[in-house]
Amino acid sequence: MSLFRLIFQEMQHRKINFLLGLVSVVVAVACLVAALTLLQADEIQTTFILEKKAAEVEEAGAKLEDAMRKITKGLGFNILILPANQDLNEFLLTGIVSDSMPEENVKKLAESKIVTVNHLLPMIVKKITWTEKKCDIILTGTRGEVPLLHRALKKPLQQQVPKGAMVLGYQIQKKLDLNVNDEVTLMGKNFKVTQCYPERGTADDSTVWINLDEAQELLGMQNLVNAILALECNCAAKDRVAQIREEISKILPGTQIIERGPPALARAEARNQAHASAVASLEQEKASRLQMIERHADFAAVLVPLVVLGCGAWIGFLSLENVRRRATEIGVLRAIGLRSTQVFGIFIIKAFVMGVIGALIGYFLGYGIGITWASLPESMNPQAVLFSSRWLLLSLIFAPVLASLSSWIPALLAARQDPATILQEG
Amino acid sequence: MLLELEELSKSFKSGSNQVQAVDGVSLSVEAGEFLAIKGPSGCGKSTLLLMVGGLLSPDSGRVLIEGTDPYALSTDQRAHFRSTQIGFVFQQFHLVPYLNVLDNVLVPAIATGLSNARERAHELIANFGLEHRLHHTPAELSTGEKQRVALARALFHQPKVLLADEPTGNLDSENSEIVLQALSQFAKDGGCVLMVTHDDQAVESAERVLGIKAGRLITEAESEVVINS
Repeated sequence: MSLFRLIFQEMQHRKINFLLGLVSVVVAVACLVAALTLLQADEIQTTFILEKKAAEVEEAGAKLEDAMRKITKGLGFNILILPANQDLNEFLLTGIVSDSMPEENVKKLAESKIVTVNHLLPMIVKKITWTEKKCDIILTGTRGEVPLLHRALKKPLQQQVPKGAMVLGYQIQKKLDLNVNDEVTLMGKNFKVTQCYPERGTADDSTVWINLDEAQELLGMQNLVNAILALECNCAAKDRVAQIREEISKILPGTQIIERGPPALARAEARNQAHASAVASLEQEKASRLQMIERHADFAAVLVPLVVLGCGAWIGFLSLENVRRRATEIGVLRAIGLRSTQVFGIFIIKAFVMGVIGALIGYFLGYGIGITWASLPESMNPQAVLFSSRWLLLSLIFAPVLASLSSWIPALLAARQDPATILQEG
Repeated sequence: MLLELEELSKSFKSGSNQVQAVDGVSLSVEAGEFLAIKGPSGCGKSTLLLMVGGLLSPDSGRVLIEGTDPYALSTDQRAHFRSTQIGFVFQQFHLVPYLNVLDNVLVPAIATGLSNARERAHELIANFGLEHRLHHTPAELSTGEKQRVALARALFHQPKVLLADEPTGNLDSENSEIVLQALSQFAKDGGCVLMVTHDDQAVESAERVLGIKAGRLITEAESEVVINS
């Protein structure tokens, strides 16, 4: 005969008392585990949603970036570097640059370590009459992009117009009824139409683009350019333009720098705003999810202790009732020679066993509730994702401790009972 | 001397009154002696028995069992002392209700941890003619069988002193005879039996009879007067 046999026989004999206690442990553990499981599911779901959203934002941002690059290319450039003596009033009124500057300036800029400008395009712009076609045009000679030597080559914003090729603005192409592959003559030189731009609603519609060298030759402006178009891709902030102006002035003293292409800037701003808005939306979603998790955690922080306390009190009451019913038995056991610690052990071991069994049942019940109620991405298997051996271990520690602590005072009362008093009353 | 009581006294408070349950009892019992203490209800018999059994400390006086005063020991030492030196038999049997006959007899093994516990229990159960009731719980036993199980439990760890509180109080004459014979046999085997009772049949089995009145021991002749009155 051992103490354990005595305890197990008593459990079997007073099944209702034991089962009621066990149910309390199961409820406490299930409540705790379900709360933890659901909170974990919330976190997993939040991480998944935020990662997905972040990927979407990134993808949308990349698409927007690409779209803006194309839009920027079509609309013109942000910064126009003009010769020192150019009458800006004239330029602003007519859009024509009458003065010129050495093409060497482009080289200086390209060889500098300027960081605010990403793309440089030297050009000649001159309003002329296309005598062969009897039509006024803006002739633009362009070389394409001059690479900045201190940087890796970026994707060019404007392709170089090859020699002998001509690109037509919408109005010219329409007015002269020209199409791609048509052969034309400009100022006595033959060109082949390689591209016709769609309508832009700007001076570009009345522009003809040819190779810079050919334009210099036709206009008698060898080694000269009218302007250098510079694009600063991320120049949405106003002070950035001022910064660019300051930097360029140091490299090309005396040149005039004006901002050009407000639509491009507006769109760049719009792009930045769209990106910021997407980021803000992501942050909002994140804050909202975190708030939800916090709300759930707050609720669990109130509910779980209440349930645990209630269950603990109920286990204590059942244990006290058990001690009361077994008063004579305790007296006899003490008379026979059991020590008070052994009597104490009878009740604590019983509570401990109840805790271990309750922990196992309670864990799987709580886990079951968790995977039933949890909202997880469809791609995830809730059984696998939400199973936690750590919480099972926690339950196996928590429940026996809860049951033992709840039974502590009744067990102490049992151990301290005076056997003489009990036997005299019995 | 196996058992000695020296000027043992115990009083209780009952409301505002102080009741003297045991009053200066001195007694010596030798090994092999079967002593009955006879007296009416409430005269202090059970209190005396609990004091002798190391369960109720006296207000004054000493209990010596083989020269050891159990009240000079610590609580745990006293519990161990009880488990090895003293056996109890109660009028209400006080069997553990959820244990079968075998386990009830084996309960003292929790305290003493005898190595041949099961053999000893089977032997006692056989001696009391309860082999066929081995796996029955107390609820399935007759009152006589219950007392025999209680007796087997009390004898399990081979105590020196057997304390019996009205052991035949709830038994018919046939079962009383069995129990009393067992007590006599225990005394003959060198133990010491101290039985408190008001049962005449039980008293007849004892070698020596004392009376108790208002907590004080009186002679057998004096006790006859007390009981008859």
